[in-house]
Amino acid sequence: MFPELNNLLNTTPDRAEQGKLTLLCDANTDGSFLVHHFLSFYLKANCKVCFVALIQSFSHYNIVGQKLGVSLTVARECGQLVFLEGLKSSVDVFFRAQAEPHPLQFLREANAENLQPLYEFVREALKPVDDGEAAWRCPVLLVDDLSVLLSLGMGAVAVLDFIHYCRATVCWERKGNIVALVHDSGDTEDEENNILLNGLSHQSHLILRAEGLATGFCRDVHGQLRILWRTPSQPTTQRDQSLTYQYKIQDKSVSFFAKGMSPAVL
Amino acid sequence: MAAVATCGTGAGSTGSVVAAGSKNHVTSFQRRGPRASGSDSSYSRLVSIAGTRPSVRNGQLLVSTGLPALDQLLGGGLAVGTVLLIEEDKYNIYSSLLFKYFLAEGIINGHTLLVASAKEDPADILQELPAPLLDDNFKKDFDEEACNHKTAESNIKMKIAWRYQLLPKMEAGPVSSSRFGHYYDASKKMPQELIEASKWHGFFFPEKSSSTLNIEPCSLTHGYIKLLQFIQNIIYEEGFDGSNPQKKQKNILRIGIQNLGSPLWGDDICCTENGNSHSLTKFLYVLRGLLRTSLSACMITMPTHLIQNKAIISRVTNLSDTVVGLESFIGSERETNPLYKDYHGLIHIRQIPRLNNLIYDVSDVKDLAFKLKRKLFTIEGWRGRSFPNLKI
Repeated sequence: MFPELNNLLNTTPDRAEQGKLTLLCDANTDGSFLVHHFLSFYLKANCKVCFVALIQSFSHYNIVGQKLGVSLTVARECGQLVFLEGLKSSVDVFFRAQAEPHPLQFLREANAENLQPLYEFVREALKPVDDGEAAWRCPVLLVDDLSVLLSLGMGAVAVLDFIHYCRATVCWERKGNIVALVHDSGDTEDEENNILLNGLSHQSHLILRAEGLATGFCRDVHGQLRILWRTPSQPTTQRDQSLTYQYKIQDKSVSFFAKGMSPAVL
Repeated sequence: MAAVATCGTGAGSTGSVVAAGSKNHVTSFQRRGPRASGSDSSYSRLVSIAGTRPSVRNGQLLVSTGLPALDQLLGGGLAVGTVLLIEEDKYNIYSSLLFKYFLAEGIINGHTLLVASAKEDPADILQELPAPLLDDNFKKDFDEEACNHKTAESNIKMKIAWRYQLLPKMEAGPVSSSRFGHYYDASKKMPQELIEASKWHGFFFPEKSSSTLNIEPCSLTHGYIKLLQFIQNIIYEEGFDGSNPQKKQKNILRIGIQNLGSPLWGDDICCTENGNSHSLTKFLYVLRGLLRTSLSACMITMPTHLIQNKAIISRVTNLSDTVVGLESFIGSERETNPLYKDYHGLIHIRQIPRLNNLIYDVSDVKDLAFKLKRKLFTIEGWRGRSFPNLKI
């Protein structure tokens, strides 16, 4: 996790909020550093994490996690982390018929209607432990990323339904959190992606939007981060609070600064 | 090399980064192999595969794309287990040349090749590979060219603003002792004995299209399903993923797929806007899954300028690791523009992956042009405008 981002979000692993949906989105840049941040943040906060990693392999997250101070292998072995490795499982699902329904079953089907097997997997993974002792703080579902599901043949409505079911179970029933990454395709007319992004934006409590700079590539400022706090369930006359920072990604951390205040410029 | 030195210790953060990061799937090798203690020896075996080297930044195992200048722009080379997508230029002239360089590099290094095409028979493609340049022949020509440039350059130097002198020079000449990345002569053909000595598998779609499918029809087109099965078969049979107990593979599989997405593969995304919009993206996803779990690297050329639905292009970009776009000047108004007179086209590096890392190596020079001059394909940073073109 990045301490500077924790300060901006006004949160620490000890005081993590519960029952929240956080939406990460990136436009014209790579927002995966936010995924690494939240993964290490919730592991350090002693939460049980179910990570649906569709776009990269386990060792990628593990190596970056080690730079940020968490070990995914240890977390997986002791049961804190349930990791669904999309790329590796897709090969198994696609080439060999599976006996039981697999969370990525829709890869084999011509017209998969919904993501129910995936939802069942998440529900099973974040089931509360039966022995009464709360070993972990709260369940967390992390998805990287939802736009891939659109590329794999699911409609935007199916993905929104999946998130809705997960919210009902994880956020409301079990007082946990959900963090999901969606790419913003910008001016390319990806209508399904826009439906997904708009639908999720309305449901989220916190939106973190990483954007590339409008002026193009810069070596010292890699992009701009917009943070938007929302209260979706209670319409208020108060405006949602929004902050914008620019950032530079380094080897083991990300530094944030106000717009135009990059250390390279001052 | 630093990577090899840390392998022996195995302890400490850098050691584990290198050992695990030499490729994503090395960890699966270590878990699956019967000899659990084989981690060090298997890693040193990997490092000693011909034609590969660990990345300076994170120990990732890299192979050369066949163009040392392109390797430099991609941060050292193409990472094993990843996909390099080349967006074809309009008439598929330079992208097929890059494709051939990639395959030729595989033959020179002794890698196994898998060539897939729906347009040309792979055997014919291999006959037309460029010949490698031997160091002494090249040096003669290079010195000649350098002499011609030298007089012109010394005059220009006085006029150019000092800032441009600091721009980096792309690797333009052969490093005599390098085993990674070779130079090719586009005017000569690869010697027949080298081609025959190499191990290659060809997938020519018109020949395979009639055989039956043993997988239930999902939304992938027939051609893509057959290609995926073919690739998976080769990977398993020859042991590139370490799961076959009889085969201990110590080599890289280079997969080259030509004109993916074109109508010849049975896909209609280049013909209509409402075509089968998930076939190609599903194919790329499963292909990447296969690559991540095996010792292979893939180059795909795709006619993205023909794809009608622009949303598919952005999805394809997100599903690929490295994306390079070629834009040739042939037939465009730039062909006669004096600013571009020395060059044949532009190269756009659209995406570079951040593998096992938060950051990546990105070149500071963003305007890149290429030219195919006499025998060599060179890439240079381009500063057209009001300054004469310096070879930067």
